[in-house]
Amino acid sequence: MAKEKWASKLGVILAVTGSAVGLGNFLRFPGVACANGGGAFMIPYIIAFIILGLPIAWVEWAMGRYGGKRGYCSAPGIFRAITGKNRTAQIGTLALIIPVVIYMYYVSIEAWCLGYAVKYWTGGMKQVVAEAQQQVTPVPVPESATTQEKEQAHDLFLTKQKDAGVKATQNYLLSFAGVVPESDEAGSGNLRILREFSQSTMPYLLFCFVINFYLIYRGINKGIEWFCRWAMPALLGCALLILIRVLTLGTPDPLNPDASILNGLGFMWNPVGHNLVDGKLVEVGFIEALSNPQTWLAAAGQIFFSLSVGFGIIMTYASYTKDDDDIALSSVSAASGNGFFEVALGGMIIIPAAFVFLGPEMIISAGEKASSLSLGFFALPGVFENMPAGHFFGGLFFFLLFMAAITSSLSMLQPAIAFLEEGLGLGRHAAVTLLGLITAIGALFVSLISNGLTVLDHMDFWTANFCIFLLATTEVIFFAWIMGLDRGLEELAHGAEIKLPKALPFVLKYVTPSFLLIIFGSWLYKEVLSNGPYVKALREDPTVQITVGFLISIFIFFSILVRIAVKRWDQTERTRTENKELAS
Amino acid sequence: MLISVIGMTSLFFWCIRKVLTTPEASEHVHSPADIDPHDQED
Repeated sequence: MAKEKWASKLGVILAVTGSAVGLGNFLRFPGVACANGGGAFMIPYIIAFIILGLPIAWVEWAMGRYGGKRGYCSAPGIFRAITGKNRTAQIGTLALIIPVVIYMYYVSIEAWCLGYAVKYWTGGMKQVVAEAQQQVTPVPVPESATTQEKEQAHDLFLTKQKDAGVKATQNYLLSFAGVVPESDEAGSGNLRILREFSQSTMPYLLFCFVINFYLIYRGINKGIEWFCRWAMPALLGCALLILIRVLTLGTPDPLNPDASILNGLGFMWNPVGHNLVDGKLVEVGFIEALSNPQTWLAAAGQIFFSLSVGFGIIMTYASYTKDDDDIALSSVSAASGNGFFEVALGGMIIIPAAFVFLGPEMIISAGEKASSLSLGFFALPGVFENMPAGHFFGGLFFFLLFMAAITSSLSMLQPAIAFLEEGLGLGRHAAVTLLGLITAIGALFVSLISNGLTVLDHMDFWTANFCIFLLATTEVIFFAWIMGLDRGLEELAHGAEIKLPKALPFVLKYVTPSFLLIIFGSWLYKEVLSNGPYVKALREDPTVQITVGFLISIFIFFSILVRIAVKRWDQTERTRTENKELAS
Repeated sequence: MLISVIGMTSLFFWCIRKVLTTPEASEHVHSPADIDPHDQED
């Protein structure tokens, strides 16, 4: 069978955009922007888009198609094809394990999104609210109380009931994801976690696994491209519906006129940042925000994670493009598509709505932690509980997140599938089965040894932060200094309808690597060398030690597989050369 | 806000328009790839 190809340019753009558009666009971006200068954040954001996001994306697209033309679709094969040296294939190991490990916990979050959507739409969340409200006891009123006192007591009771409902939805994840305190009196330890997990999340997790692997099994064209062709427009439709709902909220509580949607938009977009100092909101001016290095680092980090550069996914996707496709334009299209979902939709929905119903302190608190989970699963259910038709829109929002997550999780599986097929010579059945087994072990590890969300959090830190920085920096240096700009840019320009910027060689050779090294260096200093919380936890917490041990095991496992693949490729090439010599 | 939102939206739709109005690339057949046709069994 011939190597697979994308059926159309639009198909590959939708697939790459789908890969990039995920929870970070709708949850992480607004929180980070708000905590780092609001509208002022857009200046470093756009600069980072131009000198970091686009160049790295172009690097991955060019390297991917270069390898694809030579028959390789997996990162180890592509790196080896570029240099012709076996040892460079090991760089590609990182590009295999990053998406596979991220998939292991991302699929759980995907399952939560689907579960929440179903709960909202089938009345399950109403039941959660009702149960919490039933436990609120009426305020005792003496018989001698006046009518006014009785009314006040009743109002207090209603407020308490409402608060209990909101709190129940905000804490729902704790029971839904099977994460409960170990000392909970209803059960203890991992048995309780297992029971809750099997009752609530497991069916959704199974469904997500089946749908992901079914689509991957169908292949690039009939699986990923087909799915993204309808999923991306559906995602856009859901986002527009929610946007209309949010923008027409007006001032829901007449007694609190400041909590209006206009003020919410102002809070998100005015060029004034906000900080929390001792729990109080403090404004940060435009110049002050821009002169803070943290704002620039946050912008670069957001662009970096949002565009899915440094994951190795784009490289594999680009290897399936046709030889004369305009990959330069495809790259800009996918990056701008991601930016559109992030800025024009993500930036207009969450923060204004959360401002109206939860207040600004909660937003800044979540944004400072750059915590998508905190904002999405703990804060937003409170917004939907207060919003008119909130349960319908809550379901729609979590369905939107589910769609965004599934187009991303699909892309995380393809690099490893491509490697297992071309590196180990496995058929599609065997490759899908083996990867399914590996990721299922990882997903169960994340869910069952959860101990709060420790495993998920630390897997995310070491893979989606440390490894991605490392791979992106390596890729850019490799492209500019080892592959050579002439060869790389020739590949990028081949078939291009758009003109590449004249400054691109300079940017790729000096600016982007320097910028990346600065960001990576600052990150290392802040998080690792200064004994940050994650490194401290690694020294002290056995669960974290097990998690990091698990990650190292996966790295060693894939590194061995890459070694086997390289031997196999060598053998195949030798046989081919011998056959050619015999034939001549 | 308007500059950011309109800017990103315009860039995205310009790209999509450009992609849809330029003809699809034809597929070239290459020399045999450096790998086994492993999917033959499927």
